[in-house]
This record gives sequence, structure tokens and C-alpha cells, in this order.
Amino acid sequence: MSSNRLTNFLVPVFAVLLGMIAGSIVMLVSGYDPIAGYSALIYGAFGDSYYIGETIRQTTPYILAGLAVAFAFRTGLFNIGVEGQLIVGWLAAVWVGVSFDLPKVIHLPLAILAAAAAGALWAFIPGFLKARFKVHEVIITIMMNYIALHVSNAVIRSVLSDKGFKSAKIHESASLQSEFLQSITDYSTLHYGIIIALIGAVVMWFLLEKTTKGYELRAVGFNQHASQYAGMNVPRNIILAMVISGAFAGVAGAMEGLGTFGNISVKAGFTGVGFDGIAVALLGSNNAFGIILSAFLFGALKVGALEMPSSADVPTELVDIVIALIIFFVASSYLIRLLLSRFQKEGK
Amino acid sequence: MEYVIEMLNIRKVFGNFVANDNITLQVKKGEIHALLGENGAGKSTLMNVLFGLYQPDGGEIRVKGQPVKIANPNVANDLGIGMVHQHFMLVDTFTVTENIILGSEPTKAGKMDIARAEAEVRELSERYGLAVDPTAKISDISVGMQQRVEILKTLYRGADILIFDEPTAVLTPQEIQELIQIMRALVREGKSIILITHKLKEIMEVCDRVTVIRRGKGIGTLNVAETNPNELAALMVGREVHFKTDKKPAQPGKEVLEIQDLVVKDARGVTVVDHLNLTVRAGEIVGIAGVDGNGQTELVEAITGLMKAESGSIKLNGKDIFNLPPRKITEAGIGHIPQDRHKHGLVLDFPIGENMVLQTYYQEPYSKRGILNFKAIYEKARQLIAEFDVRTPDEYTQARALSGGNQQKAIIGREVDRNPDLLIAAQPTRGLDVGAIEFIHKRLIEQRDQGKAVLLVSFELDEVMNVSDRIAVIYEGKIVAIVDPKETTEQELGLLMAGSKQKEAGVSS
Amino acid sequence: MKKKRIGLALSLVLAASTLLGGCGQAQKAGEKKDNFTVAMVTDVGGIDDKSFNQSAWEGLQKFGEDNGMKKGKDGYDYLQSQSDADYATNLNKLVRSNFDLIYGIGFLMTDAITKIAEQKPKQKFAIVDSVVDKPNVASITFKEHEGSFLVGVVAGLTTKTNKIGFVGGMEIPLIEKFESGFRAGVKAVNPKATVEVQYAGAFDQADKGKAIASSMYASGIDVIYHAAGATGNGVFSEAKDLKTKDPSRELWVIGVDKDQAPEGEVKVGDKTYNVTLTSMVKRVDVAVYDVAKKAKEGQFPGGKVLEYGLPENGVGIAPTQDNIKPEILKIVDEWKQKIIKGEVKVPTTRDEYKQFEASLK
Repeated sequence: MSSNRLTNFLVPVFAVLLGMIAGSIVMLVSGYDPIAGYSALIYGAFGDSYYIGETIRQTTPYILAGLAVAFAFRTGLFNIGVEGQLIVGWLAAVWVGVSFDLPKVIHLPLAILAAAAAGALWAFIPGFLKARFKVHEVIITIMMNYIALHVSNAVIRSVLSDKGFKSAKIHESASLQSEFLQSITDYSTLHYGIIIALIGAVVMWFLLEKTTKGYELRAVGFNQHASQYAGMNVPRNIILAMVISGAFAGVAGAMEGLGTFGNISVKAGFTGVGFDGIAVALLGSNNAFGIILSAFLFGALKVGALEMPSSADVPTELVDIVIALIIFFVASSYLIRLLLSRFQKEGK
Repeated sequence: MEYVIEMLNIRKVFGNFVANDNITLQVKKGEIHALLGENGAGKSTLMNVLFGLYQPDGGEIRVKGQPVKIANPNVANDLGIGMVHQHFMLVDTFTVTENIILGSEPTKAGKMDIARAEAEVRELSERYGLAVDPTAKISDISVGMQQRVEILKTLYRGADILIFDEPTAVLTPQEIQELIQIMRALVREGKSIILITHKLKEIMEVCDRVTVIRRGKGIGTLNVAETNPNELAALMVGREVHFKTDKKPAQPGKEVLEIQDLVVKDARGVTVVDHLNLTVRAGEIVGIAGVDGNGQTELVEAITGLMKAESGSIKLNGKDIFNLPPRKITEAGIGHIPQDRHKHGLVLDFPIGENMVLQTYYQEPYSKRGILNFKAIYEKARQLIAEFDVRTPDEYTQARALSGGNQQKAIIGREVDRNPDLLIAAQPTRGLDVGAIEFIHKRLIEQRDQGKAVLLVSFELDEVMNVSDRIAVIYEGKIVAIVDPKETTEQELGLLMAGSKQKEAGVSS
Repeated sequence: MKKKRIGLALSLVLAASTLLGGCGQAQKAGEKKDNFTVAMVTDVGGIDDKSFNQSAWEGLQKFGEDNGMKKGKDGYDYLQSQSDADYATNLNKLVRSNFDLIYGIGFLMTDAITKIAEQKPKQKFAIVDSVVDKPNVASITFKEHEGSFLVGVVAGLTTKTNKIGFVGGMEIPLIEKFESGFRAGVKAVNPKATVEVQYAGAFDQADKGKAIASSMYASGIDVIYHAAGATGNGVFSEAKDLKTKDPSRELWVIGVDKDQAPEGEVKVGDKTYNVTLTSMVKRVDVAVYDVAKKAKEGQFPGGKVLEYGLPENGVGIAPTQDNIKPEILKIVDEWKQKIIKGEVKVPTTRDEYKQFEASLK
């Protein structure tokens, strides 16, 4: 039991290490200095308070996107639509943020709830189609991503601005930005969203592991037939799982809209946060606590990567390769498990 | 005396659990040697050690007198040990030959030499009387034939010692007879066979010697000619086993389940339950006898709400439960031991403890204001595990990790504990060993004696005749006869089940 | 045994991170320096986008070479953004590296520069294609309408069908300047010609550009002006496809930002054609060079909006003019002088265009 848990912890750690080793080989082969590259990466992620602030800021939406993917995964669904749910959540949060003028205690929660509701609605559609007509959620959620992107672009142009490419800034009362956090991190874009993301992780853990509803959701995720036998309403649980997953994704969008940017602009393409969420969830073993750690790693890689071109002349594309290699090794965790068990056996 | 295989004092430990505790197994050349034990006794572990899938923590393995270390299945293959798995490992879309050569394809100038392989397979098949067509696709041949392909796979790789893992579990009686002929032919040709089983009948019929293990310990090796089923059963279970279940005469009371004119159609719209009438009373066990596929599954699923019925009426204690959602039906007082325990009975990835409240998790004390009360859940689980002798390391172990018999005991414990007025047991002993079967039969009769109505569905005639107070024969979705087990014979039932004879016994239908 | 190994692994990791962290520390930019340094942040396009990011970097490189600077933290440098979220981070990164002047290339960086300029009032910034009203920010804009007017004159005099097309990227005020100036130029020399205007909705979708061009050419349009970045590449590819099918057909594309003559080359058989009529060049490199020079000389135009138009050589017709008849070039030059002298006021919006159109009658 405990040895199992240890393996579960060690596998992602080894995956990351192997990914970094493979990344340094790629750097060496391409004629770059991996030590300079990784020192730049680490400096760019944790070098001083500013960089730490940026890393935490980048971690925030990753946590929530990872939770969204993991929640669906734990209930037997593959939500590829986190990206789209994130975009509509972002849109809804900004919409509420610019359209109303309310006291902060009402306005901020309202904007976040609107984001959650928008993400939930976006996920409800594939959930409903899956539950009612057995349409595979992967296909629908992928398509819904494109719909989200273009619908939100249209709304920004026609409703949130006068044919412009971005909305107005949200009112201060709906903002997650914090002078205090910015000042202690030397004017990074760090905002209060990280607290919401951490609360989100606790909520997911509590909901799935401690509540009656969570029991049902997990049961349906593992075995629909047994759940039906047990008297659970399988279609309703599928929809609910998608809706909750979408709500997490929507809140991830609120982090960008109410925290990092304070507005929303027309997007030529996806933000990528939703897709990275899949990797975050995978690396975090779909476990709320694991997701916090893996989101932090992804945030650090993303932010630290920006330092690599200027300090070590390593192109940012290479960092994407390193991330891809890490995901590759996580996905092939079977290999690592095998190596670990060999290792342990010989140690005995 | 020449032994081809000697496993001496083999010990294998998983964590704190001793799966094999100094077991010794010696197989002579040219014999069929049975390895007998209950589910979970350690048979599979022992064979996996021999096949190189596990490394023993102690003991010695000798093949043809030479001490060997079997690090992986490839080493086992090289030593001439082949395994015919219970669950076939075949690629459905490949031909027989392609499956057999998979992993050791003969090549000619870098290209696969299919023609040569086919000739070799055909030759092997003829020598051992397997009658397998080397060019047939796996998806087109019967389960029995697929098993022969598995046998050919081991022979093709030059196996002298064949391990058969519960080979008859998936076969029809006819196919079992054919398999026995094949095993005899193999032995005649000088092969040696280890047969893993818990079916005493087969051992008596085909084996030369038998090694019995119980709870990880070797009990001993006997000559089959010098023993009998009762002795073997007692050795295996560790106590006397009664094949005939003792029971008092039934004292039927009021009608608990009343089914009238029930019609059920399957997903393709075919009528599978056809205007069926059936009554089960308190204090009796009604057995449904029939060949698989005559509407038994759909009947049970319609009663329990897992499947929507077309028309008719189903009443429980006079209350209409026709096409209600499963939860309402469960709450109305039906317990259901499902036919497929992996599909319906358990969430295999949940701890066994959480499986114990699968229908009641939302009720107090297991859940309060939407929050689970794990203390209450696991307390209940511990109680049922103890009461129904579910062998598991602890209540937090995944249900998946339990043996089939223990999974079934857990389900029965859960269903009986809810104290339902009607207990439906569909194939409750499928795949279980004698000890577990006896236990389950006892529990069903106990329920009857407490005044519950029990509906037993089984494809095993022995079981139906042994346990039921009345037998309802189902054929093509209709109850074609209701007979008294004391007044009927297997022959008569067999004819009824085949639809060749109709009989209305004097019981209301 | 197991525990020991983990302990070992853990201490290795820790040791490695201190080591690497130490290396990182050493790199921290020096606090004092006396040479002038300058850097820029690109948007997601990067310095090889064949458009204004590339142009800006070329200007910066030229400035660096002319002043004997090296690429890097104590000379001239750039950072490329991978997503919207990186703008602020990259700008801040340059601020922390103590660059004397930092450019944000493109209007997408407006918000980020506004905010950081407020937080770092002593740092000098410049933004291209947008206006940020802060005392420490120089805003670089271009009179795209003036350049567009000139290529409009070319289009109006070249068309045979009297049907002309305009393909815009996003429908934003910046592109409206291109549209209005172009239409005014056409109208001024060829009142009979009509201009069909379409927006692709993005700057990076060549397939959309191709689809729009396809329907435009099919409807009889023979000259298309695009102000759509990479989307415009689709316009070129459609024109080249049509030219390959029927080399005798006269159809043209007018390029934007840079001299796009290379984009229009097409080989049919052994003859080489070029569908690029001309291009409206926007000399981001000139502007970037100019502002850097002023800043180095201590005359940083902070808080000012610099408009680069025809007189400043900030916009104009591309040097490749082989496809334009000499008499047309003469007329273009006449209009250019009129604009420089202020005799003609080129419209920048649709409303102004309507007034302009009315004034012609």
C-alpha cells in the first residue's frame, strides 16, 4: 500500500527528470549549453520575487484547468473542451466585470460565478449529448472549442467593444489584481487568483472523496452498469460530471480575465492553457494535490522558458520540446514503473 | 522415478500475504497431474512462478532433474514449459497460423514464410488430433477451437510440459469431452500436463495424480485411482463437504412476487420474454431452469428495473413495481445477486468496503447531509466481511484484487444484509469452487427458512434440482413447465428445457 | 534501503538546484553601465514574420551595427512572445535587464506597456502602431492612409474591369486607415471604379485570404490590395494559381508593409511572371531606427505621438515598380507631392472618406 503510494509519487518525478535529461541531449545536439539553458530556466522561474510572482500567476489557471480535466477523468469522461470552456468563462467574467458596478463583495464573486456558469454551460452540451444520445464527448468537446473561440471573438467585437479587438477594462470591484501582491513581487502580474485555485483543489478533493454525490460520480466513472444496478441515475451523473468539470475550466478563464489581463481581446488562436491542463492532470495523477504540484512545474517551465533565449540563447521552441518530452515520459509511465520495480527488487 | 518438473518448497510472499507457503509439486513424465485448490488457494501464483511471471522468494525448481532459474516466460518456453491460459491471448482478426507464429515468425529472405508455418501447424494439428484449420480466422471459430489454437501455440514452440489453467470453465459439455480426448492424445505422445482446476469430476475422469493445496499450503499428492471426490473436496476445503444440501421442507406463505403477461424486447426489438407468468411465495425457492439465452437474463433485468419491459405487470407484495427505476425497486424490497458480478455486482476499482454500501450509500448512517460517513461504511463492511467469510487482506483492498468466490460472497452478504423480501440470485455460483458453492447454497436456503422469497436462475441442472423447492422451466421466453424437483429427473428437465415437451404442473402460473 | 535511495536522490536534486540557482544569480544584469542599450518585444509573430516584427528587428539591427553595438544584454536584443500572457512578462524582463529603451512591437502590447510604464516611470518605452499616453512612452504610428492612397492611385489607373478589391485582416481602426486611404486614391483618379471591401477576421489565416481572393477574382476584380499580414499570403497564392492556369489573364495583388514583389513571382513554363503590382511599404525599421537614435542623443520623444508619413519616408510605394507603367508612376508622384504639401488631405476613417468622396464631385 505505502510502497504503491511511493511509486505513484516517484513516477512523475522520474518522468520529469528523464524529460530534462532528454531535453539536455536535444540542446547539446543542437549546439546549446544545457547547463546554461537550465540555469536560465530556473533563474527565469525562481530567480527573484518578480519571477516567483510570475510563476505563481501562470500556475493559477493551470491548476484550475488541470482540475477540470482530472474531474472529468475521475468520472470516466475525457474533457478535451477545457480550452473552450476556459474561453467562455473568461468572456463571461469580463462581461460581468465591465457591465456592472457593484460593491466588491458582490461583484467579484458574481463575476467568478458567471465564469463558472459559462464554462458549465459549455460542458453541459457535450455531457447532455453523451448521456442522451451516446455521442462521444471527445468529438463534441473538440468542436465546442472552436465554437467558443469564434463566438467569444464575435461577442468581443460586437458587444464588448465597438468593432474593436478588445473589451474595456473590468471595474476595480471585479478585479483580482492586488497592489499588495504586485508590490511584494516587484510588479509582477501576480493576483489573488492563486487562492481561488487552491480552494478549487480542496473543493475537488472534498467533492469526490467525501460526499455522497462524489461517491456516485466515481462509481459511474468506474462502472456504469454497476451504478445503474445500484440505482444511480447514470445519465444525470454524466451530465453533472461534465458540468462541474466545465465550471472549473470556466473559473480558470476568470483567472485570466479578472486577474492577469483585466479584459479580453480577440484571439487568433487558442490560449493553450486548456490543452496543457490535460498534461497537468496526467502528471498530477488526476489527484487534487498532485495537480497543484504539476501545475506549479508547468508554470515554472512556461515562465522560466522566457529567460532561456536572452540568457542562454536557447530558442523557446526547445522548451516546448522539453515539456513535450516530460509528457511523453509521464504517458509512458509503465516503463518507469518497470524500471522502478527492477530497481527495488535488486535493492532487496 | 523420473520427474519432468519439480517445484520444491516454493514460497512466494506479497507484502504480508503468503500466497505459497513451502509448496512442493512433482510431475512425472507422461502424466496428467491435477493441481486442485479453492479460488485464492495459490494455484495461479504457483503456476506463474513456474512460468516465470513471478520470482519465488524461496525453494527450488528443477526441470528434468536440473535446477533452473526461470526469470521470465521466454526462459520457460526454452525449457519446454507452455501455458494454455484461461483467457485466450489471440488476435481476433488474424488467422490461426498467424496467431500461432506471432512472436516467433519463420522468415525466408526477410519475408514471413506463411506457407511453411501453415504446413507445420497442420502437421501438429493432425498429430494430436486437434482438427484445427490453419487458415481460419480466429473470429470465425468457436471458443473450443480457440482453445486448441492456444494449445497449438505451446506445441509449436516445442513445449513438453503443458499447463492448462481452468480449461473447462469456458467450454460446453461436448467440448469438454473433446478436450479430454486431446489431453489423452498429448500424453500418449509423451507430453506431460498440469491441469489447474477445482472441478472434482474432471480430475476423477482424466488425471493420474492430484496435488491439493489449501490457503497457500501444500496438503499432499494422491493417486487419483486411490481417492474419491468426497475425500478430495474435504482436503481442498479443509472440512467435510456435503454435495447434497440438507434442507427442511419448504413452508410457502403469501405471494411475494407476481408476474403476469410480461413481455420484454431486446435492443433489436426481438421478443425475448413472451407473455411470461410466474409467482414466487414467501418461504420458497423457485428455480428457473433453462438453456442460456431463453430470456432468463432479460426476465431478471426487467424485474429489477435494469431493462424496460414492454407490457404486463410485476407486483411485489401486491405493490406495482413494473418499470420503476432500479432504486425504487431496490427500496421496495428486492435483493439482486447479478449474473455478471464484474459488470453489475461490483465497482471493481472501489475498495471492497465501499462496495458494501453500493445501494445504501445515500442512506443514514452511511451518509449525512450529503457527506459520507466512512466510519459507518467501514464498520458495516467489517461486519459483513466477518459474517460472510470474505477473504481479503482488509476492507480497504480493491474489489478487483479479490478472488471470484470472495467477490461473490461480498455481494451476497450485501444483498442479504439489506433484508429484502425477495432475493433474486442469478447464476450465483458460476465459476466458484465447491466450498464457496456449498456456502452460497446454504445462505440461500437460510433466507428461505427466514420466510423470504428466493428466485434462483441457473444454467446448472445440479444446482437447480438441489436447491429449489419448485422448478420453473423457461424456454423461448415462456415458462413451459413447473415441476417438483423431488418428482422429476435430469432427463425430463433436459427435454423440457429443449422445448420438446410441454407440461403444466398443478401450480398456479 | 529504499529510504536511503530516496534520501540520496533528494539531496542530489537539492544540490543541483542550489548549483543551478547559483549560476543564475551570477547572470543578474549589472546595476551600472555607460553604453546605450535597446531591446524589443515581438508579438506572437516573431522576427521572421515577413512583416512588421521582422522590419522592426531589421531597424534595430541596423542601429546596432551603425553604433558598434553587440547583440545581447549589453547591446541590442529582442524577446519573442509565445502568447498574450507573455507580453507583460517579457517587457518586465527587459526592464529588469536595464535596457535604456524598450520597444513593444504591435498594438496588441498597448495594455501591457501602459501598465508597466506607470509602474516604472523612469524607464523609456516606445510602442509601434498604437498610442500610449504616458510621459515615458513614445508612440510610433504611421500614416498608412497616405501610402495606401498612392497604391490606390496605381490600382485605379491599372484596372481594366473597373473592379478593385480590398482584403483586410481584422476590422479595427488601424486597418480602416488602409481601407479609407486606398479607396480615396482609387476614387481620385478613376471615379468609375468600385472597391469591394472584405475582412478575413484574422491576420494569420492564409486559407481565408485565398477563399476571399478566389471569389473576388471570379467576380471580375483584377486588382486586390491586402492589409492582412499572413492572411494576405493566401491572396498571393490564389493570384498565382490563376496566373498559372491562364498566363494571359491580367490580375494583380498589391502587397503591404514590406516590398512583397518576391511573394508574387510565378513560373509558367519557362516564363516568369509577377502578380505583385506594387506594395505599400511601412518603414517600421526607419521609425525604430529614428526613435533609437533620438533616445541615444538624449532627445527621447517621451509622451509624444510620432506620425511617420510620406515626408518622413515612413510609408510609400515599394522600390520594385516594374509592373507599373511609367505614365502612372508620374501621376503617383504628382499626388505624392500634393499630399506632402498638404493640398490633399487623405481620409483615415470611413466617415472622412465619405466627405472626401463628396468633395470630388
